[in-house]
Amino acid sequence: MKYFQPELETMSLADKRALQSEKLVKTVKYVYERQKPYREKMDAIKLRPSDIKGIEDIWKLPFTQKSDLRNSYPFGMMAADRKDLVRLHASSATTGKLTVSGYTQNDIDIWADCAARSLVMAGADQNSIVHVCYGYGLFTGGLGMHYGAERLGAIAVPASAGNTQRQLQLLSDFKADIICCTPSYAIYLIEEIEKAGLKIGTDIVLKGGCFGAEAWTEEMRNEIERRLNIHACDIYGLSEISGPGVANDCEYKRGMHFQDDHYFPEIVDTETLEPLPIGERGELVITTLDRTGMPLIRYRTRDIAALDDSPCPCGRTTIKMKRITGRSDDMLIIRGVNVFPSQIESVLLKNPAVQPHYHINVDRVNNLDTLEIVVELSPNAFSDTVADVEAIRTKLAGEMASGISVSAKITLVSPGTIERSEGKSKRITDRRKI
Amino acid sequence: MINQLAVFLENRKGRIGDCCKVLRDAGINLSSMSIADTTDFGILRLMTNDNDKAFEVLKRSGFMCAMVSLVAMRVPDRPGALADILIALDEAGVNIEYLYSFASDNGSAHIGFKTNDADKAASLLVKLGVEVL
Repeated sequence: MKYFQPELETMSLADKRALQSEKLVKTVKYVYERQKPYREKMDAIKLRPSDIKGIEDIWKLPFTQKSDLRNSYPFGMMAADRKDLVRLHASSATTGKLTVSGYTQNDIDIWADCAARSLVMAGADQNSIVHVCYGYGLFTGGLGMHYGAERLGAIAVPASAGNTQRQLQLLSDFKADIICCTPSYAIYLIEEIEKAGLKIGTDIVLKGGCFGAEAWTEEMRNEIERRLNIHACDIYGLSEISGPGVANDCEYKRGMHFQDDHYFPEIVDTETLEPLPIGERGELVITTLDRTGMPLIRYRTRDIAALDDSPCPCGRTTIKMKRITGRSDDMLIIRGVNVFPSQIESVLLKNPAVQPHYHINVDRVNNLDTLEIVVELSPNAFSDTVADVEAIRTKLAGEMASGISVSAKITLVSPGTIERSEGKSKRITDRRKI
Repeated sequence: MINQLAVFLENRKGRIGDCCKVLRDAGINLSSMSIADTTDFGILRLMTNDNDKAFEVLKRSGFMCAMVSLVAMRVPDRPGALADILIALDEAGVNIEYLYSFASDNGSAHIGFKTNDADKAASLLVKLGVEVL
């Protein structure tokens, strides 16, 4: 199977442009009518929906930011009637509140199409067994690839994350040929496969995979491909736009094919926010061209990337996106979970036993991300017994886990130990080599 | 009852030495020291000839301290003396969180201990004929 939707994936650039223009005009009109926060932005600069005549006018439109979603939490950005919304997903936002995205059935269908296109790029077809060990839940990874596999007509195995021994059993008993998980978990799985003495090619017969939700390197890809003997695709997505499948590598790996008949990408300068020419690196901005649940116009992803419009030997005519190389904000991705230092700070502020002077250490140990929060103990919380200090640490670790959705090691230090600095970035030491 | 200082030590090279240096520079004399350690931090408990001053100078040097009182006693110099006392305390329902000895001037053993019920412990010691310091 070469393509999932050949008529859309290989359409001529002229047809694509006409389609994008038609959809953008329609989306802007729809958003102006139904999304109050965005209508106010357009009114503020006296921009009318009729001023947008085609995709070439997209730069005239105001940006949408994560803060817009936060300010309208939870449902203020929903454009569809409640009866037409069928699902919510959510991811972390900077202040501890979630960023919510609402989907209509049509939004879910388009997302499933894009995930199915991605799976085909990874080598899947209707006979495939797709082992999904992304987490199932508010996070879009699990359900996104699951619906994609079903849409393709393959067999989805909803293994979800964790319980590695069970994952190995399922992989070797069911003989899945396609796997979806974070790249760091893939490396971890490989080590467990080797430890368990399972043989690649007989016990484990994977031939491809979609790996995403965190930044990774070409070296990691080579390692996964070599040790599992598979074709490893980078997959991109974000819950605000839709989950995994917004872009994905084909077998030539010349950049991820961005599904630009549904999601229109732009790269802008991180300082001036002016559009940059194709090929230059900057912040990725995405406009949804079909979504009706919560359409987003020129959404600033904060991901740093570059586009590439050179033809791909695979025959797909979508624009391609080079690897994400960083963020234009201070968000960390820990084991696939978005974590903002401000969320950590708000958890610390609520606990009087510690002071909001902290340092965040991120590392990758045995291919799994580790997060350590070094924080100053409040002088009046200190007592002479180990049990009391341990109790403070245990309580804080629990609060942190529920506050940022990922476990962290808490290290307590004396007041004044943490270097005081103005810049937020100095509070983070990221030793991961990405 | 006597006072002791508890000092928080993060797991960093040379912290006990740093703490002792602060006391030395302030002319403070140590009479006892005990440490409770975990993999990530330790709590140093110490007694000095001037605990108030020690508290001040350590705090000024960035150490986190707490002043905590202990029940203290002179234990008779014979085999089993401490065992008898601890058994009696245990039978009376007095729990001991930790204990350690400190220097005395005449060779008998001085023991300080942290308990959940200092008053009960002290009156029991008196009843047993143990000298409470």
